[in-house]
Amino acid sequence: MTQPIDLTLAEARDALRDRKLSAVELTQSYIGAIDKARALNCFVTETPDRALDMAKASDARIASGSAGPLEGVPLGIKDLYATEGVHTQACSHILDGFKPRYESTVTSQLWSDGAVMLGKLNMDEFAMGSSNETSYYGPVASPWMPPNWSEDKARAALASDKRGLLVPGGSSGGSAAAVAARLCLGATATDTGGSIRQPAAFTGTVGIKPTYGRCSRWGIVAFASSLDQAGPIARTVRDSAIMLRSMAGHDAKDTTSVDTPVPDYEKAVGASIKGKKIGIPKEYRIDGMPAEIDALWKQGIEWLKAAGAEIVDISLPHTKTALPAYYIVAPAEASSNLARYDGVRYGLRVPGKDIADMYQKTRAEGFGREVRRRIMIGTYVLSAGYYDAYYVRAQKIRTLIKRDFETVYAQGVDAILTPATPSAAFGIGEKGSADPVEMYLNDVFTVTVNMAGLPGLAVPAGLSSDGLPLGLQLIGRPFEEETLFSLAEVIEQAAGRIKLPQVWW
Amino acid sequence: MNTHAKPSKLLKGATGDWEIVVGMEIHAQVNSRSKLFSGASTEFGGEQNGHVSLVDAAMPGMLPVINRECVAQAIRTGLGLNAQINLRSVFDRKNYFYPDLPQGYQISQYKSPIVGEGEVIVDVTPTEQITVGIERLHLEQDAGKSLHDQSPTDSFVDLNRSGVALMEIVSKPDLRSADEARAYVTKLRTILRYLGTCDGDMEKGNLRADVNVSVRKPGGPLGTRCEIKNVNSIRFIGQAVEVEARRQIGIIEDGGKINQETRLFDPGKGETRSMRSKEEAHDYRYFPDPDLLPLEFTQTYVDELAAKLPELPDEKKARFMRDYGLPGYDAGVLVMERASADYYEAVAKGRDAKAAANWVINELFGRLNKEGKDIETSPVSSAQLGGIVDLITEGVISGKIAKDLFEIVWTEGGDPRAIVDTRGMKQVTDTGAIEAAVDAIIAANPDKVAQAQAKPTMLGWFVGQVMKQTGGKANPQSVNELLKSKLGI
Repeated sequence: MTQPIDLTLAEARDALRDRKLSAVELTQSYIGAIDKARALNCFVTETPDRALDMAKASDARIASGSAGPLEGVPLGIKDLYATEGVHTQACSHILDGFKPRYESTVTSQLWSDGAVMLGKLNMDEFAMGSSNETSYYGPVASPWMPPNWSEDKARAALASDKRGLLVPGGSSGGSAAAVAARLCLGATATDTGGSIRQPAAFTGTVGIKPTYGRCSRWGIVAFASSLDQAGPIARTVRDSAIMLRSMAGHDAKDTTSVDTPVPDYEKAVGASIKGKKIGIPKEYRIDGMPAEIDALWKQGIEWLKAAGAEIVDISLPHTKTALPAYYIVAPAEASSNLARYDGVRYGLRVPGKDIADMYQKTRAEGFGREVRRRIMIGTYVLSAGYYDAYYVRAQKIRTLIKRDFETVYAQGVDAILTPATPSAAFGIGEKGSADPVEMYLNDVFTVTVNMAGLPGLAVPAGLSSDGLPLGLQLIGRPFEEETLFSLAEVIEQAAGRIKLPQVWW
Repeated sequence: MNTHAKPSKLLKGATGDWEIVVGMEIHAQVNSRSKLFSGASTEFGGEQNGHVSLVDAAMPGMLPVINRECVAQAIRTGLGLNAQINLRSVFDRKNYFYPDLPQGYQISQYKSPIVGEGEVIVDVTPTEQITVGIERLHLEQDAGKSLHDQSPTDSFVDLNRSGVALMEIVSKPDLRSADEARAYVTKLRTILRYLGTCDGDMEKGNLRADVNVSVRKPGGPLGTRCEIKNVNSIRFIGQAVEVEARRQIGIIEDGGKINQETRLFDPGKGETRSMRSKEEAHDYRYFPDPDLLPLEFTQTYVDELAAKLPELPDEKKARFMRDYGLPGYDAGVLVMERASADYYEAVAKGRDAKAAANWVINELFGRLNKEGKDIETSPVSSAQLGGIVDLITEGVISGKIAKDLFEIVWTEGGDPRAIVDTRGMKQVTDTGAIEAAVDAIIAANPDKVAQAQAKPTMLGWFVGQVMKQTGGKANPQSVNELLKSKLGI
């Protein structure tokens, strides 16, 4: 018989509703799995007692017929989301001991729909990173074993410094790894430049960054306010659709959230894509891209074509400029957003001889290397004399990137298909230590979507020659996430659902 | 605009005359119940850190939401300053570190303010009026307050003010003397109070000024300016302008140069001193706040607010001059506060408007000033003062008795007419009674009678005696007439 943790979110939901499984039973299975997987370092805080209390309440609601859409579904929550009374530190030292008195809007919605919280998930510090290596709580190991490694070798690495094991991607590395390792049915994540889609692609999971304004940012620790969006990572397209419906919605407390109805995304899963016009942007065929990524892309095109979609070649001429512009806009906003971590009111304080000294010591010790680097870049590009040359130009580029998409959408394109990442997952300690740009290049296919505020979804489409998951990205029109779910379902069905790794850890 | 000063306003230096050039940035706290971007109360004097929301304390993940009422107040103020209202404006972040600034930035408006150019007409003296240009008005957050006197080793922060809405009203450098600077702030304060957009309470810090001062040779190019921060009374604004101008003239005449810098005014020592130089100035790294969409509203909305604006001091003054026949000075004094003008109109209604103005300005305002009270706390109501004016008009009491009556009403209260009745303060117009008194005095003073007949101005002595005898209640006109006929002068 299938173990409870092998059920997808949709299957578990149905089993719970039909009382074939109790929420407590399901939650206990996950608590057990998390307990055995601690070495992967997916969770920074586990909340088993709370989870069981919530599961009990779910069982009661199921019994009384008042179950919510996510009743009894155990989830992991990225450490960026404020959870009342529970560790909320954006995986940074500077927020040491911070437990908010408030709950983020998105997680509030999940709990009111009946979901169960298993704990808080590891991530890159303040969501700055593409490998989960910048976390103050250490890197997360992907449940996918490096090619040609034995289980013994992998377990030995897990017990030491994890070098050579695969990264789960970032910044939502803990979310993606926990979903792939079946430590939760789904996880919340956030995406500022690819932080949902890249880790989903690296771990064989599905992740969607909805349209900017679709989910409330209230109660989510800010990285770059004009780019940040919440979204789910789950095992299947259907699971991610179910989660997004509960996460999305207008919130008067976030004036950038948009007041437009939330559709039942699950209904779009399995809907026909006949006649959908899919754009293939030539600018995404970049130099040095591995042949197997290109092959995967072509395969995706064929699958969509076979399902009745119309494929058109398109041009998004400013794609090339997106990455450098992103690495100006995002750090600029971050340098200001992170100014509040000053040791005065909460979190870490390193005493100093006066206020300026206290600020310097606290921030030098409290922020990790990558966060400090981005604060300095951001401060620099906003400084008098450099503002026009960097920040203003980057904003102009942003407008041009947006216009690129608007132009192709105006020509009738419904969605765009691209690779999700330029490579499969790499090893812990392998990239970016000498040249941070090497790491930044991971976001090359994903940042344009954030710059334009569009929805983007990463869906597993196959395995590399080494047996590692590879993903494709679908980019949609604003607030047309449903189209993405329909298209992604076609790819998921055609590719055959990726078999998640068996427990070796 | 007011480009050149009159010769009388120039300052004398060792090398000749100097002209003062002043521009001002007024920070006016918006009258609103909650803060600019949070629901916390703006009430003054609450328990420390008692009015602080999660947003004001800059907790992680918190987001600002604009308070509509503060926007309406800024628009009303812009309309009151005859200014351009910008239907689209942008909030920016002004970045700097300070413990009383929890976010590490102040949300303000930099390149696109809500209100653009306007102008204010200012009465400098009863006969001199100037027009002062308004450069802009923008909305911004106030900071909290650092407390350095609570502990020998630590400083504390009170965030009650953190996030309270301020309007920064920037004037053009159109002011040419300390008097003009004072008059401008006085007028601005009057307009704000009329509009109800700021209570103008300088003692509570709800209105404070940054004063930019420079000096130049009359008609010459503008000099280097210094900014005097946070001057918190109208009197100090005048003093600060005066001493700063003198300081600058002294430096230039000694062959020195003015450094552009920020200074503080010390009212105790009567001097300004350097706070930070231009080189030490912060780089605020302004950029549009990505948490907030541009602020947009329609002209219809502005028109609706405009339609509901109260009558403003300039219009009211013109109406008082026109409808009540008051001189400009009296009208100006009466409209200074909306409550005073309302009080006056209540007294003047159906009465002699000029007599009403005299009584309000001379007796009532004089007395209020002396006692440090304002019109809202006046012990004499407009109905009571109107009653006193009625009694004079009807000839029931004389002007002199009226002053005594005013005193009684002020200290004891009560209906003036009833007081006059019960205390026998009525003017005696009964010629018989007056005649008896006149006769008695003439009979008792034959020598004075002779003197008066030789020198008619002696009449005054007789009038005084009769009034004394009648307890001041005799109708002075009747006394005069009777005396004249009896003495044959």
